[in-house]
Amino acid sequence: MNPRSDNRGAAIDLETVSKAYGAFKALDGVSLRIEPGEFMTLLGPSGSGKTTTLNVIAGFTDVTNGKLLVGGNSVVGVPAHKRNIGVVFQHYALFPHMTVGRNVAYPLTLRGFDQAKRKARVAEALDMVKMGDFAHRYPSELSGGQQQRVALARAIVFDPPLLLMDEPLGALDKKLREWLQLEIKRIHRELGTTFVYVTHDQEEALVLSDRIAVFNRGRIEQVGTGRQLYDEPATLFVGRFIGDSTVLRGEARHDGTSTALSIAGETVTAPRRIAGEANPVMLLRPEKLAICRPGSDAAGANRLSGTIAEAIYLGSGSKYDVKLADGSVAIVRSPLTGESFGLGEKVELCFDGTDAKLLADDSTADATLT
Amino acid sequence: MEMKPLTRVILGLVCLLVAIWLVAPTLVVVPMSFNGNKSLAFPPQGFSWQWYQNFVTNPEWSTSFLNSLKVASIVALLATVLGTLAAFGLDRMKARPASLLRMLMLTPMVVPGVVLAIGIYAVYLDAQLVGTLAGFVLAHTILALPFVLIAVSANLEVFDKRLETAAASVGAGALTTFRTVTLPLILPGILSGLLFAFATSFDEIIVSLFITNPYLRTLPVQIFSSITRDADPTVAAVGTILLCATTILIGGGMLLLGRERKGRL
Repeated sequence: MNPRSDNRGAAIDLETVSKAYGAFKALDGVSLRIEPGEFMTLLGPSGSGKTTTLNVIAGFTDVTNGKLLVGGNSVVGVPAHKRNIGVVFQHYALFPHMTVGRNVAYPLTLRGFDQAKRKARVAEALDMVKMGDFAHRYPSELSGGQQQRVALARAIVFDPPLLLMDEPLGALDKKLREWLQLEIKRIHRELGTTFVYVTHDQEEALVLSDRIAVFNRGRIEQVGTGRQLYDEPATLFVGRFIGDSTVLRGEARHDGTSTALSIAGETVTAPRRIAGEANPVMLLRPEKLAICRPGSDAAGANRLSGTIAEAIYLGSGSKYDVKLADGSVAIVRSPLTGESFGLGEKVELCFDGTDAKLLADDSTADATLT
Repeated sequence: MEMKPLTRVILGLVCLLVAIWLVAPTLVVVPMSFNGNKSLAFPPQGFSWQWYQNFVTNPEWSTSFLNSLKVASIVALLATVLGTLAAFGLDRMKARPASLLRMLMLTPMVVPGVVLAIGIYAVYLDAQLVGTLAGFVLAHTILALPFVLIAVSANLEVFDKRLETAAASVGAGALTTFRTVTLPLILPGILSGLLFAFATSFDEIIVSLFITNPYLRTLPVQIFSSITRDADPTVAAVGTILLCATTILIGGGMLLLGRERKGRL
């Protein structure tokens, strides 16, 4: 499909959107701006409001409060079938009584395209998802991955300025999922349409997205590129949800501009402090931690004693779980060139205070993740 | 599991016996309809087509047949439309009131026919509906509605409502969605409901006996009064014709459905 120059994607603006079911707030004042042509992923655990947000944009769910603009125009109260938005569902939702060709032609028939034009568009869309040879098959004759590609063709065939995808790869196995992720990325590049993608899989979000909005309990915790979310998480929840992490909790003491945590008798410090009254915790990424033999003078000003609880060989390196004195477990990734350690070995966990992210403690962050 | 030859033979014989037991009463009618004498004795004596001729030429028989056809056709249409709408309504209602309403609508299937007949007769006497086309259609529709409701509900239960959401997402309004997505997918249920409704009306006898009069008789009423009056083998001829007709109808339907399914897979 040639990129259609007239088809710039639509911008989406959500302004303090709320959706309540009785006392339960599925969405609690969500504000989000999605740029034209952007690939935005809504990421979060189940029940966090990401799918509700998608349904609100699609028009399947009414908002209780707030504003919603697509392409600058308010669409609150506009029924789904008049919004001209493509949607891809986790369960494919192909019409079982129509062939692949008729499924994809369906949106065009509704829009009154004549037969020649319809045929050309359908062929174009099916070629785009590499299903051109399957036009005469019925959905029941196709595999899950093939059905989802047809569903994608049906959602883009009428050139919507916005495409919504609700965990489209959730029902597929890992290999197929990874391949289709790349296909979706390619199609996004070729179409220039705005994509909004819902997933609970943070790796998938990192692979696909220009930006990611992390949802938790009906609110957006943080919006940013994958790198921003990984390197500079705004909340403990985001830090825990994106990538592996170690959280150090202890008795906090502020000392000028630095923060000291005392953990089971040992003290670690970071040269920063958080605003407000909340209890600070330290979040560390696996590659920022190192394991040292006790007494050695390796790098890293902070040291915590622990025991190797798990050692996993990953090929490109090793991953260790280190059990600390207070019972918590730290995750460490070390390159192959480093020293190796055995199960049960007494070690020290070393890190630089500048690598520790200081975040406000949030006990719900752990609860929501499990 | 491998079966012993003897077991296989015994099993075959038992199946054959059961099959004969099921079909024999129906098949007895066929030779009787070609009886040479005016008698319902079995085995029949002689051979003749006269009872078939009588069915076609005797206005008592042909009129009642046409009456039944007329009533059953209207009932089938009416019950199918109403039953389908009811099935839809119940499907999209809250569970508790829906199950109550469903039970209410299924009562004509459970209530003894005679009780229903007496009730309908009493009301019809006042409403002057005895012996009228409207009276037959109304009474039979009450009886046929549950069959449509059951058939369509069963289909709606397995119908994936998310397909309607998908249709809306690509631009189909509620009516278009119903016409192009929902209806084609629940059509088998609607058609079998239609067939059941037709059959229910066509061979209904209990209520019909109460609400009939000399001006409007349906075929079952005619058969009943004929056989209680005298031994007229025309009854057997009618039975044979109906047997052939239903066999062709049901067999054809099954063949069509089978072909459709094969084409899909």
